[in-house]
This record gives sequence, C-alpha cells and structure tokens, in this order.
Amino acid sequence: MSKRIDVGDLNVYYGSFLAVEGVSMAIEARSVTAFIGPSGCGKSTFIRTLNRMHEVIPGARVEGKVMLDGEDLYAANVDPVTVRRQVGMVFQRPNPFPTMSIRDNVLAGMKLNSKRMRKAEADDVVEQSLKGANLWNEVKDRLDKPGSGLSGGQQQRLCIARAIAVQPEVLLMDEPCSALDPISTLAIEDLIGELKQNYTIVIVTHNMQQAARVSDRTAFFNIAGTGKPGKLIEMDDTTKIFTNPSVKATEDYVSGRFG
Amino acid sequence: MTTTANPPPRQATPAPRAKARPGDRIFSWSTRTAGVLILVVLAGVAAFLIVEALPTFQADPAEIDGGEGFFSYVWPLVFGTLAAAVIALIIATPLALGIALFISHYAPRRMAQGLGYVVDLLAAIPSVVYGLWGIQWLAPRVQGAWAWLADNLGFIPIFTGPASATGRTMLTAGVVLAVMILPIITAISREVFLQTPTLHEEAALALGATRWEMIRMAVIPFGRPGIISGIMLGLGRALGETMAVAMVLSTGGFTWSMVTSGNNTIAAEIALDFPESSGLKTNTLIAAGLVLFAITLAVNMFARWVVSRRKEFSGAN
Repeated sequence: MSKRIDVGDLNVYYGSFLAVEGVSMAIEARSVTAFIGPSGCGKSTFIRTLNRMHEVIPGARVEGKVMLDGEDLYAANVDPVTVRRQVGMVFQRPNPFPTMSIRDNVLAGMKLNSKRMRKAEADDVVEQSLKGANLWNEVKDRLDKPGSGLSGGQQQRLCIARAIAVQPEVLLMDEPCSALDPISTLAIEDLIGELKQNYTIVIVTHNMQQAARVSDRTAFFNIAGTGKPGKLIEMDDTTKIFTNPSVKATEDYVSGRFG
Repeated sequence: MTTTANPPPRQATPAPRAKARPGDRIFSWSTRTAGVLILVVLAGVAAFLIVEALPTFQADPAEIDGGEGFFSYVWPLVFGTLAAAVIALIIATPLALGIALFISHYAPRRMAQGLGYVVDLLAAIPSVVYGLWGIQWLAPRVQGAWAWLADNLGFIPIFTGPASATGRTMLTAGVVLAVMILPIITAISREVFLQTPTLHEEAALALGATRWEMIRMAVIPFGRPGIISGIMLGLGRALGETMAVAMVLSTGGFTWSMVTSGNNTIAAEIALDFPESSGLKTNTLIAAGLVLFAITLAVNMFARWVVSRRKEFSGAN
C-alpha cells in the first residue's frame, strides 16, 4: 500500500482555457502533502487530475505526466476506472449515498470490484474501515440505518471509511473540513495523522492553520489574475513554507497580507 | 458620510402584529381554493358514480347483462383492463427507463434534446390516432408474430391458439397502450435522473465505478420514487384508456389467451355500450366505472405505500 506520485510539467485545460500551467512536483509515500492558495488558483482542479476525476467535467483534459510509482496514469492503455480504484477521494461536502445504510456505504467500493464476499468477511471490512475512520464506536449499533442520518462530521468520516475500505494507494482530500464545525474538523485532522502511516495523503485546504497542523509538505498555488492559469509557486517542507518561504508571494499569503 | 448619533426615541406602543400583506392573502386564499376544489371535484365524481351505480346492486341478478348478477358481469372486464395495462407496463417500463437514461447520461447534449422532444411529441398524439394506427398498421404486422406464439408457446395459457386472423387482440392493444404511456414514464424518469446530485455521482465515480455502475449506485436509487410515480401515472393512463382499446381490440367474452379475439376493458366497454344503453344497463355501466375508479385508487395508494416504505433512505433528508 501507499505509493509516491511524480507530476511532470502538467497543464490542465477546460476546453481551450488553460486552467493550470506547468506543475511539476513529487509527493512522497506515507506523508501528508497540503495544497494551499487563493480561490480559483487551480488547487482543486489539479488534485482531481491525480485520479482523473477532472474527466467527469466535459472538455477537461491534461498535458503532461502523472506517475504513480513510475506508472503513467495517462498512458493510452490505462482505464480511469482502475486509476480511481487505486487513488481514492474525499470531497468538500460529505456525500454518503443517501439510499444506502451505513454498512452498505462502507461496502460500496468493495461491491464494485464485484467480489463475492462472505458475510463474515464483509463484517470485518466494515469494522476495520469504520475503526480506521474513528467512527466505529459511534455507529456500531446502527449500521443498518441510513448514512444521511449522521451529523456532517460523521458523514465525512463515513466517506473516509468508504474510501479506505478498498485500500487505495493514495487518498486525495479536497477541502474535507470546509463544511464542518471545529470539533469535527479536529476529529478529521487527528484521523489524517493516523492515516498517513498507511496511505499517501494529499489535501487541499483553505485553512492555513490546518495545513500547518497536518501536513509534512506544503505546495503553494497562485494565480496572476482572472483568466490567467494557476501555477505552482513553491513547494517545500511545511515548517519552511510557514516560517521562511523562498518566494515573496508565499510569505505574503501565509502571513495574511493577501488572499 | 454622517451617522445618526442619536437613535430615534422608542415609541411606547405594544409590539406590532405582523401586517398581513394583500399579496400573501390573495396567494394563500387562491392556493387553498385550488386545493379544496380538487377534493370537491373528486368527491363529486365519486358521489355520482355511487348514486348512479346503486340500482345495479339492488336489482335482480337475472336482469343484469349476462343474467348472472353484477359480479360475473364485471370480473372479465376487470381482468381485461388489468391485462391490457400489465402488458403495456411490461413493454413500456424497461424501454422508457432505457430512453430516459440514454437521454440523461449517455447521449451527447444536442442529440439528447432532440430525442427528448420527439418522445414528448408522442404524448401529443390523440388516442384516436393511436387507435387508427393500431388497426391499420400494427395489427396486420404483428398478426404473424402472434400466430407464431400460439403455435410454439401455445401451452402457456396466455398464448393459447388459434391466433386471431386480424391481429386485433389484447396483446396488440397492450402494445398500442405501451407506446401511449411511453412518453409519460420517459419524461418523468428523465427529469428525476437529471436531478441526481453531482455529489453522489462523483462519489460513485471516485470509488472506481464505471458509468453503468455509477448509474446503478447513485442515479437509479435516487430516482426510485420518481420512477415509481412515472410508472403509476403511466398505469393510470393505461387503465383508463378508452378510444385506442375500443378501436383496436376485437372484443368478446373472457379468454385467458392474449392472442385471440376476446376480452374487453372497462373503459372500452363503457364507450362502446353507453350510447345504446338505457335503464338498468346504464346503471350497470356506471357501476363498472365505479370499479375502475376503485382499481385506480387502490393502485395509487399502493404506489404511495411503496414509495414511503423506504422514506428514510430516499435522500430527501
């Protein structure tokens, strides 16, 4: 489990519009990498190219390379479906399937792999995943209740449980706490700290304290103006980005002088 | 800019009641009227049917059409009505869901719009035209198929031969009804499929679902109440459809076979016999109408129950 990602000179287009330009970076296995930057700078667009979720949007395409442990995710013979089974994703707003019970939500990804599982085996996956997402104690007595009946923070942890149930190599999180209260945010942040022992984690956040708390490395994205492409300004150890960044724009942003 | 340093002195009046604005009152009054009106109309129809049907139940069974009482008169009609509607649903439902999914999730946008428009047009064709089409075009063409069914699957009661030589059978009527209810089911399913939250679709895709798996996981469960509503509206139309059935079907007494002449539906029976009827016969026909009313009501209540049974999983909370 857990692989590294190397991105080489990646451009992302929506139709003919260049949204993100020339991103190269290395994301280490078993670490937390945070993407920060002002709204519209392409963080979310970029993170979605790491599991080809951008392809859901009509007209979106990329140029360049994304290597998962040396395998190009955009090679001609690679199916986006297999990419997404290796690179899981947690979204900004919690999105458990409303028509499924808590248990079925956790097992949703397993069922896609069309493996026939014995009940004991499935029970085991449900328990392990929910424990992994620090949710087990709260929901173990109501696994057959709908997932949409949980609180926002619980729903988000359910989504994390669903994502890790299929044991992906990488876990992408697109502003996972922005719709949550501070207590739930803390729970998710603690969880990220535990998950990085097994997974490569990439997180987009607007909360700079959060980036400073949870991440090992931080990448700062910026945009020159409306209609201009977003760019990676710099990427470094989180402590360095927040104390002594090498680029002036980064310092201005993390110290709150703009954005 | 200047700001007022001293706020105006508070007046010592009791807390004012919210003023009822004329717009609010007109709106509330008109919606209430509309709501009450529909109940009044429904109650009026029910009352008419019951009062007019009453003599049938009080009459001597020997005087009823057929001479054996109302029940033995009406049950073949009930059977015919349900048979035609069930055939129509069996054919139309999968087709309608397929078209709706194709329009909402597979077709390129331009084509989707055009196709949606064409399907909606099917609903604009009057039923008498469907009836003509059924007799003139469809019946002669399906006659061979029905004959084949009778020859090869005749051991199944619904395909017992000999097949009708004209093709004007229950199965043909069911096919015509299927085409008629297709646009209703398609339009409603398409709308609910388009309403599926992107969030849920992306959740499925991000787990590594293919497009079909995403549809099974997120779109169809989410649209289930809508699909059921669409089917029920279609069923309502199929149960009550009069003209097309009256024209297409070569009516007759009860038979299990769907490929021979025979059987009739309540609505078609009323349409065909009413102009010539008088006295008790009229009451009998109205009583048959009452039965159709009751069937439709029961079907709708059943559908409501099906939808509400899994309410907490509906995604509406």
